[in-house]
Amino acid sequence: MMVQTQKNIKVITGNYSVAEAARLARVKVVSAYPITPQTTIVEKLDEYIETGKMDAVMIRVESEHSALAAAYGAAAGGVRAFTATSSQGLLYMHEMVWWVANSRIPLVMAVGTRVLGPPWNIWDEHSDLLDQRDTGWLIAMAANNQEVLDMLIQMFRVTEDERVFLPGMVGLDAFILTHTSEPVDIPDQEIVDQFLPERKQPYIIEPGNPISMGNLPSTAVVHARLRYDMWKSMQNAKEVIRQTAREWEKLTGRFSGDLVECYRCENAKYFIVGMGAWTGDMKEAVDILRDNGYEVGLFRLRFVRPFPDEEVAKYLSNAKGVIVFDRAVSMGSGGPIFLDLGYRIRNVPVTDVIAGLGGEDVNFNMFSEVVKGLISEVEKEGEFKKLINFYIGGELQ
Amino acid sequence: MLEIRFHGRGGQGAVTAAELLVGAALRDGLQGQAIPLFGAERRGAPVVAYARIGKDIKVRSGIREPDVVVVLDSALIRLVDVYAGLKKNGIVLINSSKSESNIKLPEGVKGYAVDASKIAVSHGLVLSGWPLVNTPILGALVKVTGVVSLNSLVEEIKARLPKGELNAKAAIEAYEEVSLIG
Amino acid sequence: MIRLQDLTKKKYLLPGNAACPGCPLNMGLRYVGMAFEDKTVLVVPAGCTSVIQGLMPKTGINMPLLNIAFAASPAAAAGLATALALRGKDAIVVSWAGDGGSADIGFASLSGAAERNDNIIHIVADNEAYMNTGIQRSSLTPFGAWTTTTVKGKQEQKKDLPLIMWAHKVPYIATASVGYPIDFIEKLKKAQQIKGFKYIHLHAPCPVGWRFDPGMTVEVAKLAVQTGMWILFEAENGKIRISPTSRPYANKKNRTPLEEYLKLQGRFEKVTPEMIKKMYEEIDNNWRILLELEEITSKI
Repeated sequence: MMVQTQKNIKVITGNYSVAEAARLARVKVVSAYPITPQTTIVEKLDEYIETGKMDAVMIRVESEHSALAAAYGAAAGGVRAFTATSSQGLLYMHEMVWWVANSRIPLVMAVGTRVLGPPWNIWDEHSDLLDQRDTGWLIAMAANNQEVLDMLIQMFRVTEDERVFLPGMVGLDAFILTHTSEPVDIPDQEIVDQFLPERKQPYIIEPGNPISMGNLPSTAVVHARLRYDMWKSMQNAKEVIRQTAREWEKLTGRFSGDLVECYRCENAKYFIVGMGAWTGDMKEAVDILRDNGYEVGLFRLRFVRPFPDEEVAKYLSNAKGVIVFDRAVSMGSGGPIFLDLGYRIRNVPVTDVIAGLGGEDVNFNMFSEVVKGLISEVEKEGEFKKLINFYIGGELQ
Repeated sequence: MLEIRFHGRGGQGAVTAAELLVGAALRDGLQGQAIPLFGAERRGAPVVAYARIGKDIKVRSGIREPDVVVVLDSALIRLVDVYAGLKKNGIVLINSSKSESNIKLPEGVKGYAVDASKIAVSHGLVLSGWPLVNTPILGALVKVTGVVSLNSLVEEIKARLPKGELNAKAAIEAYEEVSLIG
Repeated sequence: MIRLQDLTKKKYLLPGNAACPGCPLNMGLRYVGMAFEDKTVLVVPAGCTSVIQGLMPKTGINMPLLNIAFAASPAAAAGLATALALRGKDAIVVSWAGDGGSADIGFASLSGAAERNDNIIHIVADNEAYMNTGIQRSSLTPFGAWTTTTVKGKQEQKKDLPLIMWAHKVPYIATASVGYPIDFIEKLKKAQQIKGFKYIHLHAPCPVGWRFDPGMTVEVAKLAVQTGMWILFEAENGKIRISPTSRPYANKKNRTPLEEYLKLQGRFEKVTPEMIKKMYEEIDNNWRILLELEEITSKI
């Protein structure tokens, strides 16, 4: 086994990190439609292909719906395919998002997470990504540009594992990652080749193999079984994700995996839960709070699908209080992560802070102040005052 | 950790300046983030970009209280509040000729000026009529903050830019010429 | 000239599939199999062909088939064709869609694939309404026709999709009819030889939706051509040429009276003499345009 011994660090944006990952994964067909903040991914991949840095075909489609349809057609035809989008674009392809998952075709997509309009707004929110949570895609969310690259390469391997055979998407926050440049260690092609085996998929649509993918089910039960199989594969994916992270670590010396990252969770009584780039500021807030005597840890979700049940049970089930920060809201109910988490820790006080909507910038000071206030509620009353809080314009609503 | 805000005009290379600084920081064994303005850009319109340089950087939120403000075009001072949020005892570095050195600084702020436009033009660093001021201003920035080493900046400029040698020379010249104002 | 008896006897459409009696799509699909044999790969959006396949895990269509969301057939076919070419497979990828999947919900995708000159054959199996959902009007429903959403007869004209596709400047455009299988298969064979985007618009009279005897599908299809209502032509690299089958009907005197075509179909039961007059005018206009284009494009 060859392992990465030399570092090859480049200062690149999250979007270029995405393009590097697709190139290193030896993607054969790229199909995408430009949308802010995803655009520079498409431009970079187009440049790689046109200049021969990447041996692939670019299908320059007329919409996101077609982008995913063409990538899906290519994947069904037996090659590794890739697309990327954001916001309205992801919603425009939403029908195809379901289609790909239900046909069990491995396929990887990057999502520059962005607000949904109106009004037109290109800033960061997680509403677009989390709108896909029922579709049957694995859904991961990166926290830095290195993780963008590592997660995407690992995602190809996880989705093409026969225990999984489901598509996967990796989110990166609009601008905060997509357009921010920072050092990224780019592995050698040989390392990635070792890590990523030949593509596997459940079936291939090709001449001489007269199967039909997707005609009507003979009974509802037949269809129900297919859905249940997807559920089981989602469950299988958890162990595959964990194993894959360890394989990646063996080759690159970099552990960049698992379904969650728990920061300063040892002896923590209270937990902040979040995902994406703003968890960087949450870590800073944890440091500040710890310095002030608060026993707080950060439970950072790397994957929301599959949802990390085992990790939740391990870290959160005996917590004194859990504070979820959601950068999206299910109108009339609550934040999507909070909704997923709440019923899994029924005996633990848990509250939701919906923040960062419309791209509002929330920093470490704000996190630490909000968390302090909410912890004092539990310390006094034994529970949080409210299930759902909104944090807007620097104030809890 | 040092947080820097660049004020420039679309096309002046404020984002590239931030990226070059992060690349130089990397050579010095530091971390960094180069952060563009999160919005649409028009050529000639006022733009901002940010850089964060330091060890073990966790935060990614917007830079509200920079340690340093760099102004790539002194005319911007009349258009935008370039001092907004600047830390007490912060540093401002302005691309300005000596003749207009009557710039009024807020209290406690340390001001520096360098004629980056003149230096750029003298090295033939002009694109579509615009002096490429971002490399000389970085040379001056290194001098007044010591955020990275001059050597790393020069290496990064040479490795990254098409006219690397000329840009590096411009950076070194500005490093030597920058002076205190106010 | 192709002779039916020289073509493969292999069944690409299996007995017992779920098509209605007299279904024109069944005919069309059989001819596609006869033309392309084992090289055929079908991509099928929502429509009658979704049902004709029968129930999974079995299929009544003996060709590889990827079902796809309604609006996405040409795009998915483009991706599939690209992958199969990269893998060195000798495949003919056919995007087989109805009027909805081509002219309406699928139009952006169709136009995109045509403009990109993707190496696929898009076939419109045109039964002139949304038959799978129970006979609702489409942009390819002709003037005067009853559907469940045009109970007084459609007031608008049928969209001229073949000429819209011709304006995309693709290598091959053709119209065909299930009533003339040899003409259709010849056009399929010609399309097979051409690299890039090929478009074939197959007129497909539907006994259920048009309200005629299921034994009359071929006759109704032929009458559409003989009355001049449906014109068979091809355009290779933009040059329009009326097909020999339709050529005689360039001359008005050779056309069968339109009423012969209309009276077989319940969907035209309530058309008035004024509407029929308008239909005649439309036939004349369509011919005039096409003949002029044939003349003009012969010089390019």
